[in-house]
Order: sequence, then structure tokens, then C-alpha cells
Amino acid sequence: MSTVITEQARPQERTDAILKPISWRWPVLYGVLTLAALLLFTLLPGLEGETIYQLSRGSDLFKIPNFAVPAALTNWLLVAVMVALTILAFWLTRNRRDVPRWVPVVFGIAFVLTFLTYVGAGRSTVIPVTTLLSGALALSVPLVFGALCGVVCERSGIVNIAIEGQLLGGAFLAAVVGSLTSSAYLGMIAAPIAGALVGVLLVFFAVRYWVDQIIVGVVLNVLVVGVTSFLFSTVLTEDKATWNANQRLPELPIPLLSEIPVIGPVLFRQTLLVYIMYAAVILLQIFVFRSRWGLRMRAVGEHPKAADTVGIKVNRTRVINTIFGGAIAGLGGAFFTVGSGLAFGKEMSAGQGYIALAAMILGKWNPTGAVAAALLFGFSKNLGNVLSTIGSTVPSEFLLMLPYAVTIFAVAGLVGRVRAPAAENIPYIK
Amino acid sequence: MTDPVNENPQNAAQPGDVVAQGEQVPAPEGAPGSTVAGGTGRETRTGQFFRELLSGTWLVSVLAVVIALVIGGVLIALADQRVQETATYLFARPADFFAAVWDSVYGAYRAMFRGAVYDFQAETFSRAIRPLTETLVFSVPLILAGLGLAVGFRAGLFNIGAQGQIVLGGIFGAFIGFTFDLPVVLHVTLAAIGAALGGAIWAGIAGFLKARTGANEVIVTIMLNNIAVYLIAYLLTTQAFRLPNSPFPKSPDVPSDSAAYPLLLGPSFRLHAGFLLAIAATVFVWWLLERSTVGFEIRAAGSNPNASRTAGISVNRVVVLTMVISGALCGLAGSAQVLGTERALTAGVAASYGFDAITVALLGRSRPVGTFLAGLLFGALRAGGVLMQSTTETPIDIILVVQSIIVLLIAAPPLVRAIFRLPAPGARPRGVRTPVVKEAAA
Amino acid sequence: MEPTDVKLELRGITKAFGPLVANDHIDLVVEPGEIHALLGENGAGKSTLMNVLYGLYTPDDGQILLDDRPVTFSGPGDAVSAGIGMVHQHFMLIPVFTVAESLALGYEPVGAAGLIKVDEARRRVKEISDRFGFDVDPDAYIEDLPVGAQQRVEIIKALSRDAEVLILDEPTAVLTPQETDELIEIMRQLKESGTSIVFITHKLREVRAVADRITVIRRGKVVGEASPTSSETELASMMVGRSVNLGVDKAPAQGGEESFVVSDLTVLDHAGKAVVDRISFAVRRGEILAVAGVQGNGQTELTETILGLTEPVSGSITLDGEELTGRPVKERLRAGVGFVPEDRSTDGIISSFSVAENLVLDLYDTEPFASGLAMSPAVVRENAEKRAREFDVRLTSTADPISTLSGGNQQKVVIAREMSRTLRVLVASQPTRGLDVGSIEFMHKRIVEERDKGTPVVIVSTELDEVLALADRIAVMYRGQVVGIVDGGTDRDVLGLMMAGVPLEEAQVQAAEHRTTLATADAVAEQEGTS
Repeated sequence: MSTVITEQARPQERTDAILKPISWRWPVLYGVLTLAALLLFTLLPGLEGETIYQLSRGSDLFKIPNFAVPAALTNWLLVAVMVALTILAFWLTRNRRDVPRWVPVVFGIAFVLTFLTYVGAGRSTVIPVTTLLSGALALSVPLVFGALCGVVCERSGIVNIAIEGQLLGGAFLAAVVGSLTSSAYLGMIAAPIAGALVGVLLVFFAVRYWVDQIIVGVVLNVLVVGVTSFLFSTVLTEDKATWNANQRLPELPIPLLSEIPVIGPVLFRQTLLVYIMYAAVILLQIFVFRSRWGLRMRAVGEHPKAADTVGIKVNRTRVINTIFGGAIAGLGGAFFTVGSGLAFGKEMSAGQGYIALAAMILGKWNPTGAVAAALLFGFSKNLGNVLSTIGSTVPSEFLLMLPYAVTIFAVAGLVGRVRAPAAENIPYIK
Repeated sequence: MTDPVNENPQNAAQPGDVVAQGEQVPAPEGAPGSTVAGGTGRETRTGQFFRELLSGTWLVSVLAVVIALVIGGVLIALADQRVQETATYLFARPADFFAAVWDSVYGAYRAMFRGAVYDFQAETFSRAIRPLTETLVFSVPLILAGLGLAVGFRAGLFNIGAQGQIVLGGIFGAFIGFTFDLPVVLHVTLAAIGAALGGAIWAGIAGFLKARTGANEVIVTIMLNNIAVYLIAYLLTTQAFRLPNSPFPKSPDVPSDSAAYPLLLGPSFRLHAGFLLAIAATVFVWWLLERSTVGFEIRAAGSNPNASRTAGISVNRVVVLTMVISGALCGLAGSAQVLGTERALTAGVAASYGFDAITVALLGRSRPVGTFLAGLLFGALRAGGVLMQSTTETPIDIILVVQSIIVLLIAAPPLVRAIFRLPAPGARPRGVRTPVVKEAAA
Repeated sequence: MEPTDVKLELRGITKAFGPLVANDHIDLVVEPGEIHALLGENGAGKSTLMNVLYGLYTPDDGQILLDDRPVTFSGPGDAVSAGIGMVHQHFMLIPVFTVAESLALGYEPVGAAGLIKVDEARRRVKEISDRFGFDVDPDAYIEDLPVGAQQRVEIIKALSRDAEVLILDEPTAVLTPQETDELIEIMRQLKESGTSIVFITHKLREVRAVADRITVIRRGKVVGEASPTSSETELASMMVGRSVNLGVDKAPAQGGEESFVVSDLTVLDHAGKAVVDRISFAVRRGEILAVAGVQGNGQTELTETILGLTEPVSGSITLDGEELTGRPVKERLRAGVGFVPEDRSTDGIISSFSVAENLVLDLYDTEPFASGLAMSPAVVRENAEKRAREFDVRLTSTADPISTLSGGNQQKVVIAREMSRTLRVLVASQPTRGLDVGSIEFMHKRIVEERDKGTPVVIVSTELDEVLALADRIAVMYRGQVVGIVDGGTDRDVLGLMMAGVPLEEAQVQAAEHRTTLATADAVAEQEGTS
């Protein structure tokens, strides 16, 4: 066969690289926030006087006295820092270099400080930093557990919207068992059972009958609300002393560590539930990525057919992992009742399960990422609470909206390109 | 598009079809190329009729309701004090226990029937049929919101934000209602449109975010629900919205003569024109999905967004448009509350309609007629539940349990069949040989 | 551990899916150390049979015997323990795993607390890879590897389990002729060490070059055995059941003026890398330009950019002088771009929609199918009836969901839809992938007809057979660039080298020195008069 050459195009050397268009998203975001901090928290009237920051509580190793900062000056300084960071971000982005991780962290801290300084300006009430932080950590507990549950379930290929129901169920069972046995610890041990039960229902309908997993999750949440509310209105209300007497997990301060100023009480003066949470995060982070269980789980969630061809039982893995994940979430639910010393109330999980899902997505389905995101949401929630007690000018309803708005913002703005486990919500049918 | 490493099967079934792909599509009898290879038995016409009846979806739906009521009954019995008492001496006098169980369960459901369908204990005829009208009243917001969610499901969007959209619809509708003074027809129309607008905007936020950033609409709509709760709480403290001298946060009344939906059966019944609106909405949604170009796009994007894009359909536009339509319908559900039954705005304007509507849409399989009927059924449950709660002290939360079990069972027809040992559709009765078909595989 | 030589026998294997009998009493014997080809067109049941052998399906009837002993497999694990390894047509690899992880999966070397010994896994990869001269990096991510390398990983996976029978399902679909030669060499090495190989394919040319024995399957049944010396025509007619015209009747192109021009087109992926790198070509009226290349070299991105699903970062696409870039997909379709996507099930059709609806997927909102917002179902139905007749689509009713149609008929629906518009250019990506011979013939015929109407046609195909059959000119892509644009009659080996990035002149020199097995087969076929 002859070859007639019609045209010839030699592959060209790369002389001028054609580059990706620059994404200005982050620098613009910094700029907007800096502007907001400037306009809302610095230029507005009301920034007179001093803001008092309280950094330690009674039993610390050495007491740091409260210190007062001149509000206006502080905010101008902070705004200057933010402006500098914004300029840095713009410059780095323009030169196509990565913005280092500490920039958003420092920026975030500066932004929050401007807000706090503004709120506390000229008031005699202190800004309790330690309380803010430790409360943030505490409020994040159900979010962290929920997000970890989400990670385990979704990485196995099962979308678990029922985290909300698992949290609620865990709260309920912890309260009831704790009340019946008068032991908060027994309540805490019982809580995972509720979450696991919900997980059983989830896999029963999702794996056995191939029902769409999102639907099963949403409906299970309604079911759990119905069952717990019904039992609350009947049995628990009729005989509160037996069935719904509030129990409280005691704080277990770790000697020495808990006396470090600022972070000591935050991290090391918590209940057993929180310590279990630390362990869970570390263990899961290791095991998901470095163990046989984790490898098989991820295989099943990404490409179940490939896992099947090497002999891994796909559906069995999914079932076991989802029930295990449910137990994790159930344990997180214990926070609402025995973890906080409260009795059970209707729908007390208040949407945290969904926020936990957002944390999971934001954390890119990694345990540590999910925890970081959960802490962010927990902090925003606690900020709202603390500010209402301080008594700021912002109406309390808007402060209560804060965690939800932050979640929307995070899911829409910060996420960017994320890649969910490829096989999630697709039933594996042979 | 494809790569040899990771072959994804076609998009799983849209959420309206609660069953994901995989439920075996039965081979139609007389499929092309099939030859019934001389069966040893022949099915009688009656036999065939009963087999089709027993395997049909209607029966499954009815049975699902039955099972749900049974499970609900178990819960009711469990929580009943008398039952608990008699359980302690169950073996000594079992009759007492069973009597207590029967009393509690039968009593509860009897009250439910009286509250939902026909009050046989009532003195007058109009009192007796009032329950039926109450069912219709409760069904209005359920149908409207259910239709909104159904449209979303058909597009593959999980709009869990009906609750918030109803609230926003209520806010807008009530505001137009009690703030302005306009001639009758104009006033109510504007108020209704305003309500639709409120819901549309609220849902539109989620749609816009999903289209622009890919934000998960389940999370965004649920977050917006929570924000709506606080928003309405705040608004009811403001001057524009708060009725002075009211013991609890409430807005001024919506004037009944100009802005409210007219009553259909006179003043002794609560049934209002919102019911006609619900009927009209059902027809509209049917036309939208089955006969309009917009509906074609919605169904296409919901089934297979990739193929839709390749054919030139703008999936982003469909997402936003669908959420707007969905929100508008939910907003109208809110109008049924503020312009129809309550005629004022309170924090509890959405009650639990937002979540009930999800179960309505799922039960109705995201089809307009199915949603309408499902709305009626759950409206009945609600109406009955109110009376049940007041006469037998069975908390109304039991309805949530019944509803969710119904939906779960409807989603898994093989489970219902397994419980009752019913044949599967297309299953051949014993005695007729399977036709052997030879055909090249696709 | 030396693999013992094993004889594999399948006796009476039957497997049905509902009313569809995929395997009908199939008998197959593979002697130890034999390369046995299983030949059949798409849809004949070859993959089903191999899935049965590999334990993914349980047969309804029949037996599997290893060394005359019956064995049953409840899953792939059993098959692997019995010494059967399989390299699937669509790789069973997880894109986000590394090579070492992919190899370890299922047989993980574990230490304390179930944690994987990563070094051990890496070592395993190196060991086998060195044994066969593969050169694979254990820490590379699967999704970053080119397709040929991924296949090697799959082969390593199978070999690492000491497979005595290795099944290769359509392995050459993703390879250049030169890479095919390398694969053949690997197969010969394995054969020498006693491993039997079952080689599944629908390509006649390869089979004769590679196999020791050939079993032909048609419609689920074994039609007969053949030897590699049988002629292509004989094999083809066994495979299809009637005499087959192996070439495409094509008059030479009546080249008109240039109509569809792509100029300096560049597309970046999300990481900023150029997946389409300054591509330029021009297609004349009444000409078929085929874009050849191994899967994964930017062809998919090129077609997506032409359609409008992706925007280029620079360059232009013009149709009779009209610029297409920047315009939405719908506008381009209305402007006369016809598009047949690569993967019909995910991008071409909507499975749950009826045939009639699928036929108006692009025109549903125009006259006469709709006026304003309201659609006319009657018009849609009429149109569907007409097109189904015109394009010979086998169906019961146009109202049936399109999922009830066979793959070939579904593809006919896609092409019917595109060709019902007046086209100013037709872009068809892998137009006959997965189709049976009859449908392939049909598609080729219609494509040539469209060309003869004067429409410029762009075909993207990884099948060199198809490219050589259809193309008037061929543009070869490699790593996002056009290596060269050559005449449609160019030698297969030259094309193969260009597909690996070798520029044209060098390719011609090298090809003259080394004739690959397939090119030699081409020459033989030409002599036989079947080319």
C-alpha cells in the first residue's frame, strides 16, 4: 500500500505554555471579607472603649489575667493584617503560586477577632475565649461522630442521609438507658445500638431491595423522629423520673495537661465521650488509608466490580461498614443527652446530622478533614450561643442562623472540585 | 466520557421511581421472537386475573398501608398504660392483656376514622361529614407541596426544603394579605402569587447554588429550612409583622373578605378554595411534565444529565428552573395555611407539612395523580390524628411512623410480597413452560 | 512455584438471563500451553462464557473441568485459587489506587493490627514486572497511567496469583500494532512456561496471527472450530452466519472545498495540563477524516470541545467560516453539527425514555414537535415511525423504552436522530463500538452515504480496521497533538508508530524495518483478495 503524504504536522515543541486561567476565587473572598470587617466591625459606630478578653478559668496552672484591648485600635490593626494577607494572596495567585495553608487560618482568626472585638466593645462583660473554644469543641462532638460515620458509610459506597436519625436515636437511647440504670456511662454504651439499628434498616432497604439510598435515609429520619417523639410524649412524659431523668457524664480532666492555659481546659477537661472521639479520629485516619479493612472498603466504594473480581464480598462489606458507621453516629448522639446532662426532648438533634454530612463533604471524605470542618461548624454554633448571652446588638435569631449559613457557604463556596467515592448510591447487583 | 478503567452504569433511577434499577423488568408475554414452546399446562382466564391482581402494585400499596397500621398499632399498644399494667400479670390473666391491647389500638384507629372520614357519633349530618372535609383541608398543603417535591424528584433533585419554602410562602402571602387593602380578586391573587414567589426564591437559592457550584441540594435546602425557622421568629418580633397585644408571636389577621381563600362549603366547614387550587396544580403539573417542553427537559435531565447535555439541553438551567417551580408550589402550600386555614402568620405556619410532603411525593411515585391521592391519604391520617390525639391521648407523632413505614414498604414491593407470599409480576404460574428465546445479546 | 500444566474443559455450559440465552450448551477444550482464541462478534456470548469460567456467574447447566476433574466456583476467589486469571476488557482497576495497592487488593500482606505492609506490596510489583520486562512504577496512581500501562498492571495482577489459565478479553482494543506485538510476545513466553491462554476477540486479523486453535461462537452456541490457516472469509462467515463483505464499498472522495476547520485548538484539564494541544485540521466537503489514536490521547476531549461541552482555552472551530467556539451546544446542533457520542448508554440515549422521545432529544422544542411550550405527542410518534422504518430499527413499538432495544438498534436510533437534521458536519466517535457485524455494516454504509451527500465527516476511532476501511484521510493523535495527517491508505504499521508518537518520516523508516504481525496479516489478506 502506498502512502501519499497530504499534510505533515510535526508535533511542536512546547515553546509557550498555554496556561490555565487563573482562579481568583480565594483572593476575592479574602478581599470581600476584609471589606466586611472594615465596614461592619471597624467603621461602624459603637466601637468605643475596650474589649476585655478572658483567657483562663479558675483552675489553670498559672492564671493569665483578663486583658483589655482598645477596641478601635485593635480592629484597625487586625484589618491591616487582613489587608496584608489579601494582598499577599492576590500576588501569589497572580504569579501562579500556591497560597500556603497558614494564610486562611490566620485570616480566619483575624476576622473572628474583629467581630468579637466589635461585639464586646465598651461592655463590661468579657469575651470568654476559653469558653468559646471548649464550647466549640463540645458542640462539634456530634458533628465529628456524624461526619466519621458518613466517611465510613460513603467510602463503602452507601450514602447515609440517616445520620440525623442515628444521632437522635442515640440521644434517645442514651437518655432512656441512662435514666433506667441511673448511670450515664451505661447510657453512653447503649447509644451506639440505636445508631446501628438505623444502619441495619438503611442497608436492609438499600442493599437488599435496591431502594434509592437518599430516599431511605430521609424517610428513616422521619421514622426516628416519629418513634422517639411518640415515645417521648407517652412513656417518657408520663413517668419522667424512671424513663427520662437526666444523667450527666462527668468531666474527666487529664492531670497536668488540662491545666495548660487556654488549650488545656479546651482539650483535656472533657468527658469520656470526647476522649473516645479523639481516639476514633486518629484510629480511623490510620485505618482507612493503611489497613486491609480500609483498602477493601475503599475498593468497594469506588469500583465494586473490581473488588468482586478479587473475591471481596461487596455487599457484605457495605452492610457491615454501614452498621459500624451507624454505631459511631449513635455514640455521637449520646452527646445531646448524657454528654450534656440534658433530658431527651423532641427532635433535639436539630439538623446536626445534615451539618455532619456537610462536614464530611468539606473534609473530602477524610477523617481529619471532616473533623476540621466539623470544628468550624461547631465554632460558628458556639459563637452564636455565646454572643446571645453576652448580649450583642445583632438579634439573637440571626446569631442562631449562623452555623446553618456557614454550612451553606462552605458547601457552595469552599468546596470546589470534590470527588465523592465513585460507586456511592449505586447498588451492586450481580 | 468513558474510560476503560471505570465504567459507570447509567444514572440510577430517578428518585421518583423509588426502586433503583435492578428490579427485574418482566419480559412481556409475546415478546418479539419469543415462542411459547408448547406448554404442558395452560392458565385459565380466572387464574390469570387473580395472578395479575395479586402481583399488581395496587395491592402492594394497600398492603403496605395495612402493615404500617399494624406496626403503628404495636407502638400504640406498647405505650398505653393499661397495656403495660396488664402485661405484668400476663400469664395469670392473659385475657386482660389482650383486651387492653385491643382497646388501645382499636380505640386509637376508631378515633382516627372518626376524625378523617365519617363521624358516626355525631348528631347532625353536617357534623358527621365534617371529618371528610377536614381531610380535604389538611390535604391541600400536602398536595401542593407534594407536587412541588415531585417535580424536583423527576429532575433528580432532592428538594428537602419544602418546610422552609412553605414558611417563606407564608411570609410573603400573609404580608401582602394583611398589609395592603385591595379589591377582592386582585388581593387574593396577588397574595397567592406572592406566596409562590416567596417559595420560589427560597428554593431558587438552592437551585442556583447547585447549578453554579455543584453544592449538594440536600444539605443546602435543609440548612435553608433551619434558617427559615429563625427568620420567621425574627420577623414576628418586628413591627411590620407583629400583632400588638398578642400573647404569642402572631401576625395581624389576613382580611377574610379580600385576601383569604373563599370557603367552599359555607362557614361551618373549613374547606377553602385552596382545594381547587390543589386540583388545578395537579393538572398543571401533569401538563408540565408530560406535555410541555420544560417537562421534557426536566425528565431528561433527571434520567440522564450526560445524554441531556450532549443533546443540547442546558442541565444547569433545568436545575434552577425546577427548583423555582418546586419552590413556587411549596410556597402555594404556605398560602393554603395563611390565606386558607389559619389566616394569619405564626411561627408554626409550616407545621410538619414540609416533611410530610416528602412522604406524599414518594408515595405518589412523583406522578401528579399519585401525589394527589397520596396527599388525600396523608391528609386523612392527619385529620384523624388530631381527633385521635384529643380523644385517646395517642400522640399525633404516631402518624410520622405510619407514614414513613408506608413509604419504605412502597419503595420495596418485593418485601411486601415476601411478607404476604404474593407472586411477583410476570412470574409464570407453575405448569407453564418458560419460552426459550434466542436473540443476540445487546 | 512452577505452575503445573492444566487442561481446561468447558462442557455443556448454559447460562440464560431471563428469556435471553447467552450461552447455549457450549463445549470448549483448552490444552495446556495452548493459545486458544474464542472468536465471535459483539453480543455472541463470549464475555458471558468467560465470566462463568471466572466464577462471576453460575452456569444454569454444564460443567467446568480442570484436568478432567469437575470444579465449581462460587466466586472469583475460587477461580483464582484454581489457577484461573482474567484480564477484563474493561479493566477492573480502581483509579484512585496506586499500582501496589491494586495488586495487593484481596491478597493484602498484613502486619500488626491489619495494617498493610506497603514495602512488601511494592516488592511484589517489582518482582513480576521485572520478570516480564514490564517497567511499572508501584507508586503510580492508576488514573495517571496510559491505557497500555494499565493493561500491563492487569496482567501483572493475574500473573501474581500464579495463573495457569489466563483469559484475555479483547486485549488489543487499546493497543497499537506495535504494542500488540509486545503482547503477543508475552503470550508466547507464557505459553512456553506452560500457561494456557484463552484469547477472546472479534477481530479476524489478530486471530489468525496469534492463535493455535480457534473456536467460533455465534448467538450463544459454538459454531465450530477453525485453524489459523482458515481464510478470513471463512472465519467471517462462521462468525456471522452469512457471507460478509469485509471491506466497505467506498468510492474515492469527491473532495470539495474545506468546510470544517479546527485551528490551533487547545483544551486544558482541571490540573492545567493540555489534553488537546494546538490541534489543527481541515475537512473538505464530501470527505471522511478519521482521527486515529490509542484511547486516552485527547480524542474524547476533542470531540467534547467540538460539540461544546468543554470550552477551549485557545483556538477556533469554524464551520463554513462560522465560528463555533463560545456557542452553546444547542446552537451548534442547530447550526448543523451532527454528533454521535462515544458512549451511547451514558451520553447518547436516555434509557428510560421511549424510542420516539429519544429520536427528538435534540429537536423536542422546535416546530413541528412543539409550538411554544406545548409538545405534540402525535407528531413525535409519527416522526419516530418514519425514522424507524428509514433506518431499519428493529422494535415492537416506538413507545417502548429504548432500553428494550439491542445495542445495534440503539445506535441506529442515535444516528437516525442526527441524520434527520440537515447536517453540515458529522462527528462520530467510536460509531461501531460494541456492535454486531450487521449493525457495523449498516453504520459504515450510512456514514459513507452522508459523506457522498457532500457533508464533511469526522470519525474518531480506536479501531484501526475501521479507520483503514472508512477514512479518506487520517489524522493521528498522540498526547493531545496531531502527529501527522496522512492518506487513508497508509500502511498499518506506519499508523501504529504514529499512534505512539513517532513522526511520519521516522515511522515510515521504522515500519519498513519491522513488520508487525498484524501488518503482515494485512498483506496476506490483501493477497487473498479480502482487503
